Amino acid sequence: MTDEKQPEKPEEQKQPASESQPKPSEETKPVTPAPAAKPAVSSAAQKTSPPQQPGVSRRKFISWFAIGWIGFSAAMAGFLTSVLRFFFPNVLFEPPMTFKAGIPSEFQIGQVDERFKNKFGVWMVRSPEGIYALSTVCTHLGCTPTWLPGEEKFKCPCHGSGFYKTGINFEGPAPRPLERYRISLADDGQVLVDKGKIYQQEKGEWKDPQSILKV
Amino acid sequence: MATAPKKSLWENFRQSQIWKSIFRHGKPTDKRNRSLVILSNVFLHLHPVTARKSGIRISYTWCMGGLAFFIFLVEVITGVLLMFYYRPTAEYAFSDIMALRDHVPLGIMREIHRWGAHAMVIAVWLHMFRVFMTGSYKPPREFNWNIGVILLVLTLLLSFTGYLLPWDQLAIWAITVGSNMARATPFLGHEGPGASFLNIAGVSLVHSGDDVRFALLGGRFVGAATLLRFYILHCVAIPLAAAVLMAVHFWRIRKDGGISTPV
Repeated sequence: MTDEKQPEKPEEQKQPASESQPKPSEETKPVTPAPAAKPAVSSAAQKTSPPQQPGVSRRKFISWFAIGWIGFSAAMAGFLTSVLRFFFPNVLFEPPMTFKAGIPSEFQIGQVDERFKNKFGVWMVRSPEGIYALSTVCTHLGCTPTWLPGEEKFKCPCHGSGFYKTGINFEGPAPRPLERYRISLADDGQVLVDKGKIYQQEKGEWKDPQSILKV
Repeated sequence: MATAPKKSLWENFRQSQIWKSIFRHGKPTDKRNRSLVILSNVFLHLHPVTARKSGIRISYTWCMGGLAFFIFLVEVITGVLLMFYYRPTAEYAFSDIMALRDHVPLGIMREIHRWGAHAMVIAVWLHMFRVFMTGSYKPPREFNWNIGVILLVLTLLLSFTGYLLPWDQLAIWAITVGSNMARATPFLGHEGPGASFLNIAGVSLVHSGDDVRFALLGGRFVGAATLLRFYILHCVAIPLAAAVLMAVHFWRIRKDGGISTPV
């Protein structure tokens, strides 16, 4: 046992010495003579010198190394960008942002139409002036209020905000009225609601002709 | 050694190759071997080998960090058990939650997981309070304090993402309300400051279909895609990140000079 271990130890000592030998020489050239002064290191350097003979100089190696790292970094940056994009699917299985809500004469004055609430999140309200599309998103924290026909108000179950039929808030913590969506007549005579454009009362946007469809 | 004629079975086992291949240290009867117990164990070596008596008094540490970690382990075990029954789809999620209560032995498993979540939040807060009040955040421990702050956020995010998984009305509306905060993220949320500047010829680059809230929910509102995303975050992403940071957190205690002591 002991006889076998002894020849192994010098080899183990040489290997780290041969590895550590190029490291100081990479940083500064004058250091290279220093390790050569030690006899053990010089014998190790002699052993490792044959692999250095092929025509890749240290300078060239470093430049190839740099190109490799730049290429690798660029590939990783591209991949990470793709990963970021990965979280935004190309197809959404959500109801479209625009929809047709039937012909204007379907809506009776004073009525709150709840047919489009579940799918599109819109109440269609027919007032004496016209039809407007009211968002079902509470302006407090985004819950969905309930239309109470008996009390003529929208009531939010989360924190008790109340809104008149017009969408104006009058009770609870809601800070502003419900939003309205762009409403117009399509070519086929149906009411067209576009949820991509919102009109806020507190900004005076309800005066916009596209926020209400005059009938 | 050779003179001892009789050895107990246990002593023989301790001399065997099986034991010696696992434990490279002798009996922990002297200081060196006690140190080796800690140093030669991959889990224990994260900890300091020694601790001052005054530093580990219950009245000083409350053992809150250790308790928080213990509760994390409870959450991992009960959480993995729950995963055997729970399917994160809009069709099955709620009925699986009901099944976990009604059709599965030890129907209290989900409650253990939920109470554990509450307890972990409380423990982490109290741990942070203790560390603050004892000044243990001061140099050289300021980096570890920051790791701890991230771990606090991850703990809260674990509770937040787990909140949606029962897929009942409370869950859906709580996450709707909670995720609405992401709308106001500067530049990244479509209602946040700066988002209105990010537009090309009036077409806004940050809108409800591509902002940070959309990335979180997988849609414009809480839906089936949200459930799956929160499930992955809750069961894989955040626990992994928390586990790695916990390892760093414990190891840094050792590296920063061991547990702090009363001044």
